Amino acid sequence: MKKKYSIFNIIKNAFSNNENWKKMWRNPEPRKFYDIIIIGGGGHGLGTAYYLAKEHGLKNIAVIEKGWLGGGNTGRNTTIIRSNYLWDESAHLYDHSLKLWENLSSELNYNVMFSQRGVLNLAHNEHDVKEIKRRVSANKLNGIDSHWADPKQIKKLVPIMNIENCRYPVLGASYQPRAGTARHDAVAWGYAMRADELGVDIIQNCEVKKIRTKNGKVYGIETTKGIIRAKRVGVVASGHTSVLAETAGIKLPLQSKPLQALVSEPIKPVINTVVMSNAVHAYVSQSDKGELVIGAGTDGYNSFTQRGGYNIVEDTLRAIIELYPIFGKMKMLRQWGGIVDICPDASPIISKCEIEGLYFNCGWGTGGFKATPGSANLFAYTVAKDNPHSINAPFSLERFVSGRLVDEHGAAAVAH
Amino acid sequence: MLLINCPYCGERDQSEFTNGGEAHVARPKDPSQVSDREWSEYVFIRANPKGIYYERWVHTHGCRKWFNAVRNTSTDEILKVYKIGDPPPPIKEFKNTLKSPSGEPDVGSGNFTVKKI
Repeated sequence: MKKKYSIFNIIKNAFSNNENWKKMWRNPEPRKFYDIIIIGGGGHGLGTAYYLAKEHGLKNIAVIEKGWLGGGNTGRNTTIIRSNYLWDESAHLYDHSLKLWENLSSELNYNVMFSQRGVLNLAHNEHDVKEIKRRVSANKLNGIDSHWADPKQIKKLVPIMNIENCRYPVLGASYQPRAGTARHDAVAWGYAMRADELGVDIIQNCEVKKIRTKNGKVYGIETTKGIIRAKRVGVVASGHTSVLAETAGIKLPLQSKPLQALVSEPIKPVINTVVMSNAVHAYVSQSDKGELVIGAGTDGYNSFTQRGGYNIVEDTLRAIIELYPIFGKMKMLRQWGGIVDICPDASPIISKCEIEGLYFNCGWGTGGFKATPGSANLFAYTVAKDNPHSINAPFSLERFVSGRLVDEHGAAAVAH
Repeated sequence: MLLINCPYCGERDQSEFTNGGEAHVARPKDPSQVSDREWSEYVFIRANPKGIYYERWVHTHGCRKWFNAVRNTSTDEILKVYKIGDPPPPIKEFKNTLKSPSGEPDVGSGNFTVKKI
């Protein structure tokens, strides 16, 4: 791997006003034919291309992106990373991802600013306490560093939290120290740069209009830059996956909804962990710039507007102020929405389908960012071997027929 | 935030309503006769178009009655509201200005309703 970034490079480039840095990736025109096309240039898609080239030694790969890299949900999430999921299948999946996160900056030689600052999932009532204790036990059995924290420990970790004098007092929490946050853009850029080095063509501003099939096999894709033939096509288009699948005649059990987030004006460090609350539905962390990153819930209706309703923002902020009265007079800088694809069981789909050579990696719903490296790694395996890895085998499309769902709705501390 | 014209109460704020998902989904007449796959389609698979979408709403904090609506999911524009039991208006009735299957201009991502403003 070419080392583009080092302290010497930074010093050298400082002398030339940082004007001579090389472009991180090429901007090629699409070829007529690729062995593998990945639709979707977010973290998951670019990562998939990277692992296909790196771990499986495959060549002639393209990533097709309709906008710019990481401009969809990769750039719209609240960057929380954790693996304290209830069910074994999910715990294995998300912990696989967390382990890759831990080594990602050095693997890519690109700082993804992965910060293991821990995550608290608060309990506000007796039921929450029981559920969370159960989840902590399940996590421990799966080798995940989750433990129960009582209100005293929470107050010590987050002194600004109002745990007693509020409508929903904090009775405890699960705490996972290995969890944390990362810089979302850097993940997409890091993967893009290294995939590009390995010969992957990254094609931006190229929207896929249709997936073409012939005799039950993938034939290629129609794009705004013409028809591109391919042997295998992997779709990683989050909210728009079901729209693309429909062009190939495949119906996916997905519903696309806006999920909103907002950031405040930057302030001095006040909160050095991630705090999520299931019952009042608000989560908060502080970015390295000092902004509070606040996540809201999904809107209650299907939509592709990347916007969402203001009532959701209002509800979230109400909960935030109740938990942290100190934030009462803060101003919010930005609010935005991303279109998430939600599965009936709130677990993802990483799967083949009835069309030969067509693969889907979707349904990440409200919790895809934390899974980026794991999802990409497993999807690359699935596409390369035409067979799922044992970790993602339970996340097949077939589970909706067999009934073997991985029901993480509510089980996984809601706002994944 | 949407304003929804409840056929019983008139125009109200969306926060008074709850969305009920896709409208006109028919339960198989004889569930014991359908295959697992067909049953799975009935249980789990719902339309998720970027564009014209037929959906149900209930006026939870109002008259508590259910009704149907036709909405363009790429702009959130509500095109028609009609009562439960009324036949669904034909899709031709609504001018579909969506250019590509994903409903966005030929090049470029993002939200074109916002870009227009």
